[in-house]
Amino acid sequence: MRRVVITGQGTINALGRNVPQTLEAMREGRCGIGPLEFQDVERLSIRIGAQVKGYDPEAHFNRQKIALFDRFTQFTMLAAAEAIGQTGLSFSGEMATRAGVVLGTSGGGMNTLDENYRSVYEDGKNRVHPFVVPKLMNNAAASHVSMEWNLKGPSFTVATACASSNHAMGQAMQMIRGGMADVMVAGGSEAMLCFGGIKAWEGLRVMSKDACRPFSANRNGMVQGEGAAVFVFEEYEHAKARGADILAEIVGFAMTSDASDIVMPSKQGAARAITGALRDGGLNPEDICYINAHGTGTAANDKSECAAVADAFGHHADDLMISSTKAMHGHLIGGTGAVELLACIMALREGVIAPTIGYQDADPECALDVVPNEAREAKVGATLSNAFAFGGLNAVLALRKAP
Amino acid sequence: MTKEMTDTTTTRVIEIIAEQAVLEPGDVSLDQTLEDLGIDSLGLVESIFAIEEAFDISVPFNANDPSESDFDISSVAAIVAAVKTLVTQQAS
Repeated sequence: MRRVVITGQGTINALGRNVPQTLEAMREGRCGIGPLEFQDVERLSIRIGAQVKGYDPEAHFNRQKIALFDRFTQFTMLAAAEAIGQTGLSFSGEMATRAGVVLGTSGGGMNTLDENYRSVYEDGKNRVHPFVVPKLMNNAAASHVSMEWNLKGPSFTVATACASSNHAMGQAMQMIRGGMADVMVAGGSEAMLCFGGIKAWEGLRVMSKDACRPFSANRNGMVQGEGAAVFVFEEYEHAKARGADILAEIVGFAMTSDASDIVMPSKQGAARAITGALRDGGLNPEDICYINAHGTGTAANDKSECAAVADAFGHHADDLMISSTKAMHGHLIGGTGAVELLACIMALREGVIAPTIGYQDADPECALDVVPNEAREAKVGATLSNAFAFGGLNAVLALRKAP
Repeated sequence: MTKEMTDTTTTRVIEIIAEQAVLEPGDVSLDQTLEDLGIDSLGLVESIFAIEEAFDISVPFNANDPSESDFDISSVAAIVAAVKTLVTQQAS
């Protein structure tokens, strides 16, 4: 079977403008959550988030590009440039047709929607910019990546709420494995921190007003973040032949559906995805040293996720580490699995486990080693990255140390 | 009908809860809990939204920990009492 390795990684999020900055913040357990800054924020009851602050689009893109790139596309392009730049790959001829891009997002061009609805409904304008549609569409980011780097193979966008980027990366991995492509750019992006984006989430009453505290007994909800992370997946022999620096091997993927409730998670659905990813990756439960949890900081998710891990791993659940990095970078919804994969790769390459910050009180229903508040050193051979979406759609990736 | 049920706030709250429970208002009694009425977490969030809209109030409620919210939802009577308090507090 064709093996799949990761040879490039890039990101922009509240913790950093690139991978080194982000990993440094994760090692230090820094919190990227703060007061939200955007128009009409005073009309919200939820006013915190992990925003990319001080970001200036004009420092990165020209006027023509800004007219076409929503914030979620801009984040994607910056992350993709870092990831593809790291590989040194360029795509032309046969190589271009054997390379594609699969990205996850949930809201797509939410800022573009929000600004233009405000303009026509609130300001009463009857004309909108001609590029509203190509700017807001969920596949805009994937299309611009394919155009910028000449990726002519399988390319599309996946939208499965909080599991979008895990589903996207799983698809990309399977395409290389199955022979459809040799190189896939994969990851996800989200930029929902605008009035309409947060107002909609407020309605569900699952957001915290003060902090994200995954697995802590006093947790009181999720906190949203924004940003992107993008990776280059490459067929192993292809990477080896060109002497690429291999960051990690992506060995397993599984997806399941709870088929039960539109918002409440199911322990069984999550456990089946975890077990499926292990099986797909030829891993035994004992091989997993670290899990990057979905860990949203809601009462329901964290309890059900810990129960699923306990079920899937049996007694080994007490020996492994599981942390949620969302307390640092927030919940990036459709982009979250991608940013969280950075923590898995850091664990494998550097032996550093990113902590669950904001942890205050032990919860008997989350009685696992959640790596509270401080990063830890550990020798890690294999990791999992969990994502469990609203709608009951679960996607789990399994990674191994570079071969 | 008990005496408390004659005021309009009580009547309106019961109508909202009855609608969520797919019952006639007459079949909802003050001592019942939401669980008795078969209202789940989504139904609860929808009921609170309907209460906010009906009384033009803001209800402090976090679905992560309903029991720790300031808004008492332990029974229909408790919800009615909490709504009355909020209506008085937030009247301006």
